[in-house]
Amino acid sequence: MVELKCHVGVGPVVSGEALVTDDNFSARYDLDRTAGIFSRPQHKLAGQSYVDRIMVFNTAKGGVASAWMLHEMKSRGIAPKAILFNNVNPILAQGAALADMAMCDRFDDGDVTRLIRSGDQVTVNPEIGLVTITRA
Amino acid sequence: MKLSDEEQAMLNGELGEPRRWAIEHMMRVGRFFDAEEFVEVTQAHIMADTESLGEAGIEFLEDIAARPLNERQVRIPMITDPRGIDFCHYKRLKQTDLMASLEQRAIDAFEAMGILMTNTCINYQTIMPPVRGEHLAFGDTGVVIYCNSVLGAYSNFEGGPSSLAAGLTGRTPRYGLHLDQNRKATRRFRVDWEPEHLSDWGALGGIIGARSGSYWEVPVIEGISAKPGSDQMKHMGAAMASFGSIPLFHLVGVTPEAPSLEAVCEPDQIAAEVISEIDRDAFFARFGGKGEKVDVVVFSAPQLSLLEMQSLAELLDERKLHPDTSLLAVTSPVVAADARRMGLVERIESSGALVLEGMCFYQSYAREMAEANGWKRLMTNSVKLANIIGGYGYEPTLSNMENCVASAIAGEIV
Repeated sequence: MVELKCHVGVGPVVSGEALVTDDNFSARYDLDRTAGIFSRPQHKLAGQSYVDRIMVFNTAKGGVASAWMLHEMKSRGIAPKAILFNNVNPILAQGAALADMAMCDRFDDGDVTRLIRSGDQVTVNPEIGLVTITRA
Repeated sequence: MKLSDEEQAMLNGELGEPRRWAIEHMMRVGRFFDAEEFVEVTQAHIMADTESLGEAGIEFLEDIAARPLNERQVRIPMITDPRGIDFCHYKRLKQTDLMASLEQRAIDAFEAMGILMTNTCINYQTIMPPVRGEHLAFGDTGVVIYCNSVLGAYSNFEGGPSSLAAGLTGRTPRYGLHLDQNRKATRRFRVDWEPEHLSDWGALGGIIGARSGSYWEVPVIEGISAKPGSDQMKHMGAAMASFGSIPLFHLVGVTPEAPSLEAVCEPDQIAAEVISEIDRDAFFARFGGKGEKVDVVVFSAPQLSLLEMQSLAELLDERKLHPDTSLLAVTSPVVAADARRMGLVERIESSGALVLEGMCFYQSYAREMAEANGWKRLMTNSVKLANIIGGYGYEPTLSNMENCVASAIAGEIV
Protein backbone atom coordinates (compact mmCIF):
# COMPACT_ATOMS: atom_id res chain seq x y z
CA MET A 1 0.00 0.00 0.00
CA VAL A 2 1.32 3.41 -0.98
CA GLU A 3 0.11 6.65 0.59
CA LEU A 4 0.31 9.92 -1.33
CA LYS A 5 -0.19 13.20 0.52
CA CYS A 6 -1.79 16.06 -1.37
CA HIS A 7 -3.53 19.38 -0.77
CA VAL A 8 -6.95 19.28 0.84
CA GLY A 9 -9.52 18.77 -1.92
CA VAL A 10 -13.28 18.61 -2.30
CA GLY A 11 -15.86 15.83 -2.41
CA PRO A 12 -16.42 12.47 -0.68
CA VAL A 13 -14.11 9.52 0.01
CA VAL A 14 -14.17 7.20 -3.04
CA SER A 15 -12.36 4.10 -4.27
CA GLY A 16 -11.90 2.76 -7.78
CA GLU A 17 -9.59 1.82 -10.62
CA ALA A 18 -7.17 4.47 -11.85
CA LEU A 19 -6.89 5.64 -15.45
CA VAL A 20 -3.74 7.75 -15.78
CA THR A 21 -2.28 10.03 -18.45
CA ASP A 22 0.28 12.80 -18.49
CA ASP A 23 -2.09 14.65 -20.84
CA ASN A 24 -4.40 17.47 -19.68
CA PHE A 25 -8.17 17.61 -19.29
CA SER A 26 -11.22 19.60 -20.27
CA ALA A 27 -14.73 18.19 -20.06
CA ARG A 28 -15.77 20.43 -22.93
CA TYR A 29 -12.94 19.78 -25.35
CA ASP A 30 -12.01 16.19 -24.76
CA LEU A 31 -15.13 14.16 -24.07
CA ASP A 32 -18.12 12.56 -25.66
CA ARG A 33 -20.20 12.94 -22.53
CA THR A 34 -23.07 10.85 -23.89
CA ALA A 35 -20.91 7.82 -24.59
CA GLY A 36 -18.62 8.43 -21.60
CA ILE A 37 -15.40 8.30 -23.60
CA PHE A 38 -12.54 10.60 -24.56
CA SER A 39 -13.42 11.80 -28.05
CA ARG A 40 -10.83 14.40 -29.11
CA PRO A 41 -8.57 12.40 -31.43
CA GLN A 42 -5.37 14.08 -30.18
CA HIS A 43 -6.05 13.23 -26.55
CA LYS A 44 -3.83 10.45 -25.22
CA LEU A 45 -6.87 8.61 -23.84
CA ALA A 46 -8.93 8.94 -27.07
CA GLY A 47 -11.47 6.14 -27.28
CA GLN A 48 -11.19 5.09 -23.62
CA SER A 49 -14.02 5.21 -21.07
CA TYR A 50 -13.80 7.45 -18.02
CA VAL A 51 -16.92 6.09 -16.35
CA ASP A 52 -16.39 5.26 -12.64
CA ARG A 53 -12.62 5.66 -13.00
CA ILE A 54 -10.28 7.57 -10.71
CA MET A 55 -8.88 9.85 -13.41
CA VAL A 56 -5.34 11.22 -13.15
CA PHE A 57 -4.16 14.14 -15.33
CA ASN A 58 -1.43 16.71 -15.40
CA THR A 59 -3.62 19.82 -15.39
CA ALA A 60 -6.95 21.26 -16.52
CA LYS A 61 -7.39 23.34 -19.67
CA GLY A 62 -9.74 26.18 -20.65
CA GLY A 63 -13.49 25.76 -20.75
CA VAL A 64 -15.50 27.47 -18.03
CA ALA A 65 -18.42 25.21 -18.91
CA SER A 66 -16.70 22.24 -17.31
CA ALA A 67 -17.93 23.60 -13.98
CA TRP A 68 -21.49 22.68 -14.93
CA MET A 69 -20.51 19.57 -16.83
CA LEU A 70 -19.22 17.53 -13.88
CA HIS A 71 -22.58 18.08 -12.15
CA GLU A 72 -24.46 17.13 -15.30
CA MET A 73 -22.30 14.04 -15.94
CA LYS A 74 -22.72 12.87 -12.36
CA SER A 75 -26.50 13.33 -12.50
CA ARG A 76 -26.64 10.76 -15.33
CA GLY A 77 -24.19 8.39 -13.66
CA ILE A 78 -21.75 8.66 -16.59
CA ALA A 79 -18.88 10.30 -14.75
CA PRO A 80 -15.50 9.59 -13.19
CA LYS A 81 -15.51 8.79 -9.48
CA ALA A 82 -12.68 11.21 -8.80
CA ILE A 83 -10.22 13.39 -10.69
CA LEU A 84 -6.64 13.96 -9.55
CA PHE A 85 -4.28 16.54 -11.04
CA ASN A 86 -0.79 17.81 -10.51
CA ASN A 87 -2.37 21.26 -10.65
CA VAL A 88 -6.01 22.02 -11.31
CA ASN A 89 -7.52 25.30 -12.44
CA PRO A 90 -10.34 26.95 -10.50
CA ILE A 91 -13.06 25.86 -12.93
CA LEU A 92 -12.70 22.15 -12.34
CA ALA A 93 -12.38 22.66 -8.59
CA GLN A 94 -15.56 24.76 -8.64
CA GLY A 95 -17.27 22.09 -10.72
CA ALA A 96 -16.26 19.35 -8.32
CA ALA A 97 -17.56 21.45 -5.41
CA LEU A 98 -20.97 21.74 -7.12
CA ALA A 99 -21.07 18.10 -8.23
CA ASP A 100 -19.72 16.80 -4.91
CA MET A 101 -17.15 14.83 -6.91
CA ALA A 102 -13.83 13.92 -5.28
CA MET A 103 -10.96 16.08 -6.57
CA CYS A 104 -7.42 16.68 -5.29
CA ASP A 105 -4.18 18.19 -6.57
CA ARG A 106 -0.71 19.37 -5.45
CA PHE A 107 0.94 16.08 -4.43
CA ASP A 108 3.89 16.24 -2.03
CA ASP A 109 5.84 13.45 -3.75
CA GLY A 110 5.94 14.96 -7.24
CA ASP A 111 4.26 14.09 -10.51
CA VAL A 112 1.02 12.24 -9.73
CA THR A 113 0.79 10.99 -13.32
CA ARG A 114 3.92 8.92 -12.55
CA LEU A 115 3.07 8.02 -8.96
CA ILE A 116 -0.19 6.29 -9.92
CA ARG A 117 -0.48 3.75 -12.78
CA SER A 118 -3.51 2.82 -14.86
CA GLY A 119 -5.18 -0.20 -13.30
CA ASP A 120 -4.14 0.63 -9.73
CA GLN A 121 -6.88 0.40 -7.10
CA VAL A 122 -7.00 3.83 -5.50
CA THR A 123 -8.81 5.40 -2.54
CA VAL A 124 -9.15 9.19 -2.47
CA ASN A 125 -9.82 11.07 0.77
CA PRO A 126 -10.15 14.76 -0.16
CA GLU A 127 -10.99 15.93 3.37
CA ILE A 128 -7.51 15.10 4.68
CA GLY A 129 -5.68 15.26 1.35
CA LEU A 130 -4.66 11.60 1.11
CA VAL A 131 -4.64 9.12 -1.78
CA THR A 132 -3.97 5.44 -1.06
CA ILE A 133 -2.85 2.99 -3.76
CA THR A 134 -3.29 -0.78 -3.46
CA ARG A 135 -1.31 -2.71 -6.07
CA ALA A 136 -1.93 -6.37 -6.78
CA MET B 1 -11.92 31.29 6.02
CA LYS B 2 -12.48 34.46 7.98
CA LEU B 3 -16.14 35.53 7.62
CA SER B 4 -17.68 38.96 8.14
CA ASP B 5 -20.91 39.20 10.13
CA GLU B 6 -22.91 39.36 6.92
CA GLU B 7 -21.14 36.36 5.42
CA GLN B 8 -21.76 34.41 8.62
CA ALA B 9 -25.46 35.36 8.44
CA MET B 10 -25.56 34.07 4.87
CA LEU B 11 -23.92 30.83 5.96
CA ASN B 12 -26.50 30.52 8.76
CA GLY B 13 -29.27 30.73 6.17
CA GLU B 14 -30.58 34.05 7.50
CA LEU B 15 -30.62 35.53 3.98
CA GLY B 16 -32.26 32.52 2.37
CA GLU B 17 -31.21 29.14 1.06
CA PRO B 18 -29.65 30.33 -2.25
CA ARG B 19 -27.22 32.63 -0.43
CA ARG B 20 -26.47 29.91 2.13
CA TRP B 21 -25.61 27.51 -0.71
CA ALA B 22 -23.56 30.23 -2.40
CA ILE B 23 -21.37 31.01 0.60
CA GLU B 24 -20.88 27.35 1.40
CA HIS B 25 -19.94 26.56 -2.21
CA MET B 26 -17.40 29.37 -2.29
CA MET B 27 -15.95 28.31 1.08
CA ARG B 28 -15.27 24.84 -0.37
CA VAL B 29 -13.53 26.43 -3.36
CA GLY B 30 -11.73 28.91 -1.12
CA ARG B 31 -10.42 26.10 1.06
CA PHE B 32 -9.17 24.26 -2.02
CA PHE B 33 -7.13 27.33 -2.99
CA ASP B 34 -6.15 28.53 0.50
CA ALA B 35 -8.28 31.70 0.44
CA GLU B 36 -8.30 33.40 3.83
CA GLU B 37 -11.27 35.68 3.19
CA PHE B 38 -13.79 36.89 0.62
CA VAL B 39 -13.34 39.91 -1.64
CA GLU B 40 -16.28 42.06 -2.75
CA VAL B 41 -16.93 42.04 -6.50
CA THR B 42 -18.74 44.62 -8.60
CA GLN B 43 -20.03 42.56 -11.54
CA ALA B 44 -20.64 38.90 -12.31
CA HIS B 45 -20.83 37.22 -15.72
CA ILE B 46 -22.11 33.69 -16.05
CA MET B 47 -21.54 30.98 -18.59
CA ALA B 48 -24.53 28.71 -18.50
CA ASP B 49 -25.38 27.37 -21.94
CA THR B 50 -27.82 24.50 -21.81
CA GLU B 51 -25.45 22.07 -23.48
CA SER B 52 -23.22 22.18 -20.44
CA LEU B 53 -26.01 22.74 -17.90
CA GLY B 54 -28.03 19.76 -19.03
CA GLU B 55 -31.30 18.89 -17.35
CA ALA B 56 -29.54 18.67 -13.97
CA GLY B 57 -28.11 22.18 -14.22
CA ILE B 58 -31.39 23.67 -15.35
CA GLU B 59 -33.21 22.08 -12.43
CA PHE B 60 -30.57 23.50 -10.12
CA LEU B 61 -31.27 27.00 -11.51
CA GLU B 62 -35.04 26.50 -11.39
CA ASP B 63 -34.83 25.55 -7.70
CA ILE B 64 -33.24 28.91 -6.96
CA ALA B 65 -35.62 30.76 -9.28
CA ALA B 66 -38.62 29.31 -7.42
CA ARG B 67 -37.53 30.94 -4.13
CA PRO B 68 -39.10 34.19 -2.82
CA LEU B 69 -37.94 37.35 -4.58
CA ASN B 70 -35.74 38.55 -1.71
CA GLU B 71 -33.90 35.21 -1.65
CA ARG B 72 -33.39 34.55 -5.34
CA GLN B 73 -32.28 37.94 -6.69
CA VAL B 74 -28.61 38.59 -7.35
CA ARG B 75 -27.03 41.42 -5.34
CA ILE B 76 -24.70 42.88 -7.98
CA PRO B 77 -25.12 43.51 -11.72
CA MET B 78 -24.92 40.14 -13.40
CA ILE B 79 -24.85 39.35 -17.11
CA THR B 80 -24.73 36.23 -19.28
CA ASP B 81 -22.33 34.60 -21.70
CA PRO B 82 -23.64 33.38 -25.10
CA ARG B 83 -26.57 31.00 -25.20
CA GLY B 84 -26.76 27.75 -27.17
CA ILE B 85 -29.67 28.90 -29.33
CA ASP B 86 -30.55 31.82 -31.57
CA PHE B 87 -34.33 31.49 -31.42
CA CYS B 88 -34.72 33.07 -34.86
CA HIS B 89 -32.51 30.53 -36.61
CA TYR B 90 -32.35 27.29 -34.66
CA LYS B 91 -34.54 25.37 -37.07
CA ARG B 92 -32.36 26.36 -40.01
CA LEU B 93 -29.34 25.03 -38.07
CA LYS B 94 -31.33 21.83 -37.48
CA GLN B 95 -31.22 22.30 -33.73
CA THR B 96 -34.24 20.75 -32.04
CA ASP B 97 -37.31 22.07 -30.23
CA LEU B 98 -36.06 20.23 -27.14
CA MET B 99 -32.85 22.30 -27.22
CA ALA B 100 -34.92 25.48 -27.59
CA SER B 101 -37.19 24.56 -24.70
CA LEU B 102 -34.21 23.83 -22.41
CA GLU B 103 -32.80 27.19 -23.40
CA GLN B 104 -36.06 28.96 -22.59
CA ARG B 105 -36.24 27.31 -19.17
CA ALA B 106 -32.71 28.49 -18.38
CA ILE B 107 -33.55 32.02 -19.53
CA ASP B 108 -36.71 32.10 -17.41
CA ALA B 109 -34.71 31.03 -14.35
CA PHE B 110 -31.99 33.63 -14.95
CA GLU B 111 -34.52 36.40 -15.42
CA ALA B 112 -36.26 35.42 -12.18
CA MET B 113 -32.92 35.97 -10.44
CA GLY B 114 -32.55 39.46 -11.91
CA ILE B 115 -29.75 38.46 -14.30
CA LEU B 116 -29.46 40.53 -17.50
CA MET B 117 -29.52 38.36 -20.63
CA THR B 118 -26.66 40.00 -22.51
CA ASN B 119 -25.67 36.68 -24.13
CA THR B 120 -22.19 37.80 -24.96
CA CYS B 121 -18.53 36.88 -24.55
CA ILE B 122 -17.42 40.35 -25.71
CA ASN B 123 -18.99 42.30 -22.85
CA TYR B 124 -15.65 44.13 -22.49
CA GLN B 125 -16.21 45.54 -25.99
CA THR B 126 -19.93 46.13 -25.82
CA ILE B 127 -21.53 46.25 -22.35
CA MET B 128 -19.49 47.63 -19.45
CA PRO B 129 -15.71 47.35 -19.72
CA PRO B 130 -14.15 46.91 -16.26
CA VAL B 131 -11.56 49.38 -15.00
CA ARG B 132 -8.12 48.74 -13.60
CA GLY B 133 -8.17 47.16 -10.16
CA GLU B 134 -11.87 46.28 -10.25
CA HIS B 135 -12.58 42.89 -8.63
CA LEU B 136 -14.96 40.77 -10.71
CA ALA B 137 -16.45 37.30 -10.96
CA PHE B 138 -16.41 36.67 -14.70
CA GLY B 139 -17.12 33.49 -16.55
CA ASP B 140 -15.79 32.66 -20.04
CA THR B 141 -12.04 32.26 -20.16
CA GLY B 142 -11.74 34.73 -23.05
CA VAL B 143 -13.53 37.41 -21.08
CA VAL B 144 -11.41 36.84 -17.99
CA ILE B 145 -8.04 36.88 -19.74
CA TYR B 146 -8.98 40.06 -21.63
CA CYS B 147 -10.23 41.91 -18.56
CA ASN B 148 -7.23 40.87 -16.45
CA SER B 149 -4.60 41.49 -19.08
CA VAL B 150 -5.82 44.37 -21.22
CA LEU B 151 -7.87 46.26 -18.62
CA GLY B 152 -5.98 45.39 -15.42
CA ALA B 153 -9.09 44.10 -13.66
CA TYR B 154 -9.01 41.20 -11.15
CA SER B 155 -10.91 38.01 -11.87
CA ASN B 156 -10.39 34.29 -11.67
CA PHE B 157 -12.06 31.96 -14.14
CA GLU B 158 -15.48 31.60 -12.57
CA GLY B 159 -17.40 28.61 -13.78
CA GLY B 160 -21.18 28.94 -13.84
CA PRO B 161 -21.89 27.78 -10.27
CA SER B 162 -19.23 30.05 -8.81
CA SER B 163 -20.33 33.04 -10.89
CA LEU B 164 -23.84 32.51 -9.65
CA ALA B 165 -22.59 32.22 -6.07
CA ALA B 166 -20.72 35.51 -6.54
CA GLY B 167 -23.82 37.17 -7.98
CA LEU B 168 -25.96 36.02 -5.06
CA THR B 169 -23.48 37.21 -2.43
CA GLY B 170 -21.49 40.02 -4.09
CA ARG B 171 -18.29 38.18 -3.15
CA THR B 172 -15.75 35.67 -4.30
CA PRO B 173 -12.96 33.91 -2.37
CA ARG B 174 -9.74 35.93 -2.45
CA TYR B 175 -7.28 33.60 -4.19
CA GLY B 176 -5.48 33.39 -7.51
CA LEU B 177 -5.62 36.60 -9.53
CA HIS B 178 -7.29 38.61 -6.78
CA LEU B 179 -3.85 38.62 -5.11
CA ASP B 180 -1.14 40.89 -6.54
CA GLN B 181 1.62 38.35 -5.89
CA ASN B 182 0.04 35.97 -8.40
CA ARG B 183 0.06 38.53 -11.22
CA LYS B 184 3.81 38.68 -11.81
CA ALA B 185 5.21 37.03 -14.93
CA THR B 186 6.48 33.47 -14.60
CA ARG B 187 7.22 32.81 -18.29
CA ARG B 188 8.89 35.11 -20.79
CA PHE B 189 8.36 34.92 -24.57
CA ARG B 190 10.19 36.90 -27.25
CA VAL B 191 8.40 37.03 -30.59
CA ASP B 192 10.59 37.60 -33.66
CA TRP B 193 7.80 38.15 -36.20
CA GLU B 194 4.94 40.58 -36.50
CA PRO B 195 1.40 39.21 -36.27
CA GLU B 196 -0.72 40.59 -39.11
CA HIS B 197 -4.13 38.94 -39.29
CA LEU B 198 -6.40 38.23 -36.33
CA SER B 199 -5.62 34.56 -36.87
CA ASP B 200 -1.89 35.35 -36.43
CA TRP B 201 -2.63 36.96 -33.08
CA GLY B 202 -4.68 33.90 -32.23
CA ALA B 203 -1.86 31.59 -33.28
CA LEU B 204 0.57 33.51 -31.08
CA GLY B 205 -1.84 33.12 -28.17
CA GLY B 206 -2.23 29.43 -28.92
CA ILE B 207 1.52 28.83 -29.00
CA ILE B 208 2.07 30.70 -25.73
CA GLY B 209 -0.87 28.96 -24.09
CA ALA B 210 0.30 25.52 -25.13
CA ARG B 211 3.85 26.18 -23.91
CA SER B 212 2.78 27.75 -20.61
CA GLY B 213 0.11 25.16 -20.02
CA SER B 214 -1.27 25.99 -16.58
CA TYR B 215 -3.65 28.40 -14.91
CA TRP B 216 -0.88 29.35 -12.51
CA GLU B 217 1.59 30.58 -15.18
CA VAL B 218 1.65 34.24 -16.26
CA PRO B 219 3.35 34.84 -19.62
CA VAL B 220 4.99 38.14 -20.51
CA ILE B 221 5.46 38.86 -24.22
CA GLU B 222 8.11 41.09 -25.75
CA GLY B 223 9.45 41.80 -29.21
CA ILE B 224 6.27 42.83 -31.02
CA SER B 225 6.30 46.33 -32.43
CA ALA B 226 2.82 46.18 -33.98
CA LYS B 227 0.30 47.87 -31.70
CA PRO B 228 -2.68 45.56 -31.28
CA GLY B 229 -6.25 46.81 -31.03
CA SER B 230 -9.09 45.29 -29.07
CA ASP B 231 -9.90 42.56 -31.62
CA GLN B 232 -6.26 41.50 -31.85
CA MET B 233 -6.02 41.22 -28.07
CA LYS B 234 -9.36 39.43 -28.00
CA HIS B 235 -8.19 36.71 -30.39
CA MET B 236 -4.79 36.33 -28.75
CA GLY B 237 -6.23 36.10 -25.25
CA ALA B 238 -9.04 33.71 -26.14
CA ALA B 239 -6.58 31.37 -27.86
CA MET B 240 -4.09 31.53 -24.97
CA ALA B 241 -6.83 30.70 -22.47
CA SER B 242 -8.14 27.91 -24.67
CA PHE B 243 -4.78 26.25 -25.27
CA GLY B 244 -3.30 26.76 -21.83
CA SER B 245 -6.02 27.72 -19.34
CA ILE B 246 -4.08 30.99 -18.98
CA PRO B 247 -6.03 33.78 -17.21
CA LEU B 248 -3.52 36.65 -17.49
CA PHE B 249 -0.72 37.76 -19.79
CA HIS B 250 1.38 40.89 -20.04
CA LEU B 251 2.46 42.52 -23.30
CA VAL B 252 5.34 44.85 -22.63
CA GLY B 253 4.53 48.46 -23.45
CA VAL B 254 0.88 47.70 -24.10
CA THR B 255 -0.94 46.12 -21.16
CA PRO B 256 -1.35 48.30 -18.06
CA GLU B 257 0.63 46.25 -15.56
CA ALA B 258 3.63 45.95 -17.90
CA PRO B 259 4.89 49.39 -18.90
CA SER B 260 8.30 47.67 -18.86
CA LEU B 261 9.59 44.13 -18.55
CA GLU B 262 10.98 45.00 -15.13
CA ALA B 263 7.51 45.95 -13.90
CA VAL B 264 6.29 42.34 -14.11
CA CYS B 265 9.43 40.24 -13.55
CA GLU B 266 13.11 40.26 -12.78
CA PRO B 267 14.43 39.76 -16.31
CA ASP B 268 17.65 38.05 -15.21
CA GLN B 269 15.61 35.44 -13.33
CA ILE B 270 13.58 34.18 -16.29
CA ALA B 271 15.14 33.21 -19.62
CA ALA B 272 13.24 34.38 -22.70
CA GLU B 273 11.86 31.67 -24.98
CA VAL B 274 11.80 32.64 -28.66
CA ILE B 275 8.66 32.17 -30.77
CA SER B 276 9.78 32.17 -34.40
CA GLU B 277 8.07 32.23 -37.77
CA ILE B 278 8.79 28.50 -37.95
CA ASP B 279 6.75 28.03 -34.79
CA ARG B 280 3.93 30.07 -36.30
CA ASP B 281 3.95 28.10 -39.56
CA ALA B 282 4.05 24.81 -37.67
CA PHE B 283 1.06 25.94 -35.63
CA PHE B 284 -1.05 26.63 -38.72
CA ALA B 285 0.16 23.39 -40.33
CA ARG B 286 -1.44 21.39 -37.50
CA PHE B 287 -4.74 22.22 -39.14
CA GLY B 288 -4.65 20.78 -42.67
CA GLY B 289 -7.26 20.47 -45.35
CA LYS B 290 -5.96 22.46 -48.32
CA GLY B 291 -7.84 21.51 -51.51
CA GLU B 292 -10.56 19.65 -49.62
CA LYS B 293 -14.25 20.41 -49.79
CA VAL B 294 -15.27 22.76 -46.95
CA ASP B 295 -18.67 22.15 -45.35
CA VAL B 296 -18.97 25.11 -43.05
CA VAL B 297 -17.04 28.31 -42.44
CA VAL B 298 -17.57 29.72 -38.97
CA PHE B 299 -16.65 33.09 -37.51
CA SER B 300 -17.27 32.74 -33.78
CA ALA B 301 -15.46 32.24 -30.46
CA PRO B 302 -15.21 35.04 -29.57
CA GLN B 303 -18.30 36.70 -31.01
CA LEU B 304 -17.52 39.21 -33.77
CA SER B 305 -17.11 42.88 -32.97
CA LEU B 306 -18.79 45.50 -35.11
CA LEU B 307 -15.47 46.04 -36.92
CA GLU B 308 -15.12 42.33 -37.71
CA MET B 309 -18.69 42.37 -39.04
CA GLN B 310 -17.70 45.27 -41.29
CA SER B 311 -14.61 43.40 -42.54
CA LEU B 312 -16.74 40.36 -43.32
CA ALA B 313 -19.34 42.44 -45.17
CA GLU B 314 -16.61 43.98 -47.31
CA LEU B 315 -15.21 40.55 -48.19
CA LEU B 316 -18.65 39.17 -49.10
CA ASP B 317 -20.00 42.15 -51.09
CA GLU B 318 -21.34 41.13 -54.51
CA ARG B 319 -20.26 37.52 -53.97
CA LYS B 320 -22.17 34.26 -53.49
CA LEU B 321 -21.24 31.29 -51.36
CA HIS B 322 -20.72 27.89 -52.97
CA PRO B 323 -24.06 26.05 -52.78
CA ASP B 324 -22.55 23.20 -50.74
CA THR B 325 -20.84 25.43 -48.18
CA SER B 326 -22.43 27.27 -45.25
CA LEU B 327 -20.99 30.39 -43.67
CA LEU B 328 -22.01 31.40 -40.15
CA ALA B 329 -21.09 34.71 -38.54
CA VAL B 330 -21.82 34.75 -34.82
CA THR B 331 -22.06 37.98 -32.85
CA SER B 332 -23.62 39.52 -29.78
CA PRO B 333 -27.17 40.90 -29.67
CA VAL B 334 -25.82 44.44 -29.28
CA VAL B 335 -23.50 44.17 -32.28
CA ALA B 336 -26.18 42.40 -34.33
CA ALA B 337 -28.64 45.23 -33.73
CA ASP B 338 -26.08 47.83 -34.73
CA ALA B 339 -24.89 45.80 -37.71
CA ARG B 340 -28.48 45.41 -38.89
CA ARG B 341 -29.16 49.13 -38.56
CA MET B 342 -25.99 49.91 -40.51
CA GLY B 343 -26.77 47.46 -43.30
CA LEU B 344 -23.90 45.08 -42.51
CA VAL B 345 -26.14 42.09 -41.79
CA GLU B 346 -27.91 42.47 -45.13
CA ARG B 347 -24.59 42.73 -46.97
CA ILE B 348 -23.30 39.57 -45.25
CA GLU B 349 -26.50 37.57 -45.71
CA SER B 350 -27.06 38.46 -49.37
CA SER B 351 -24.10 36.16 -50.10
CA GLY B 352 -26.05 33.25 -48.62
CA ALA B 353 -24.29 33.51 -45.24
CA LEU B 354 -26.15 33.55 -41.93
CA VAL B 355 -25.66 36.01 -39.08
CA LEU B 356 -26.41 34.47 -35.69
CA GLU B 357 -26.72 36.43 -32.48
CA GLY B 358 -26.42 35.79 -28.77
CA MET B 359 -25.00 32.31 -29.23
CA CYS B 360 -21.62 30.71 -29.70
CA PHE B 361 -20.96 28.00 -32.25
CA TYR B 362 -19.18 25.48 -30.09
CA GLN B 363 -21.60 25.60 -27.17
CA SER B 364 -24.62 25.18 -29.41
CA TYR B 365 -24.80 21.42 -29.64
CA ALA B 366 -22.04 21.42 -32.25
CA ARG B 367 -21.93 17.63 -32.47
CA GLU B 368 -25.66 17.36 -33.14
CA MET B 369 -25.46 20.18 -35.71
CA ALA B 370 -22.62 18.37 -37.47
CA GLU B 371 -24.65 15.19 -37.71
CA ALA B 372 -27.88 16.92 -38.76
CA ASN B 373 -26.22 19.10 -41.40
CA GLY B 374 -23.58 16.69 -42.65
CA TRP B 375 -20.77 19.04 -41.56
CA LYS B 376 -17.29 17.64 -41.15
CA ARG B 377 -14.66 20.03 -42.54
CA LEU B 378 -14.94 23.33 -40.70
CA MET B 379 -12.86 26.39 -41.52
CA THR B 380 -12.38 29.35 -39.20
CA ASN B 381 -10.06 32.21 -38.37
CA SER B 382 -10.60 31.54 -34.65
CA VAL B 383 -7.74 29.65 -33.06
CA LYS B 384 -9.95 28.99 -30.06
CA LEU B 385 -12.66 27.40 -32.19
CA ALA B 386 -10.12 25.39 -34.20
CA ASN B 387 -8.77 24.03 -30.92
CA ILE B 388 -12.12 23.05 -29.47
CA ILE B 389 -14.13 21.81 -32.37
CA GLY B 390 -12.12 18.65 -33.07
CA GLY B 391 -13.64 17.24 -29.87
CA TYR B 392 -17.08 17.57 -31.45
CA GLY B 393 -16.25 15.44 -34.49
CA TYR B 394 -15.20 18.20 -36.92
CA GLU B 395 -11.98 18.45 -38.91
CA PRO B 396 -10.86 22.05 -38.43
CA THR B 397 -8.86 24.21 -40.82
CA LEU B 398 -7.36 27.47 -39.61
CA SER B 399 -6.68 30.49 -41.80
CA ASN B 400 -7.29 34.22 -41.94
CA MET B 401 -10.71 35.75 -42.62
CA GLU B 402 -9.89 36.49 -46.28
CA ASN B 403 -8.97 32.87 -47.02
CA CYS B 404 -11.97 31.60 -45.08
CA VAL B 405 -14.32 33.70 -47.22
CA ALA B 406 -12.52 32.75 -50.45
CA SER B 407 -12.89 29.08 -49.48
CA ALA B 408 -16.60 29.48 -48.72
CA ILE B 409 -17.04 30.89 -52.21
CA ALA B 410 -14.89 28.23 -53.91
CA GLY B 411 -16.46 25.40 -51.88
CA GLU B 412 -12.99 24.08 -51.13
CA ILE B 413 -10.13 25.19 -48.96
CA VAL B 414 -7.92 27.59 -50.91
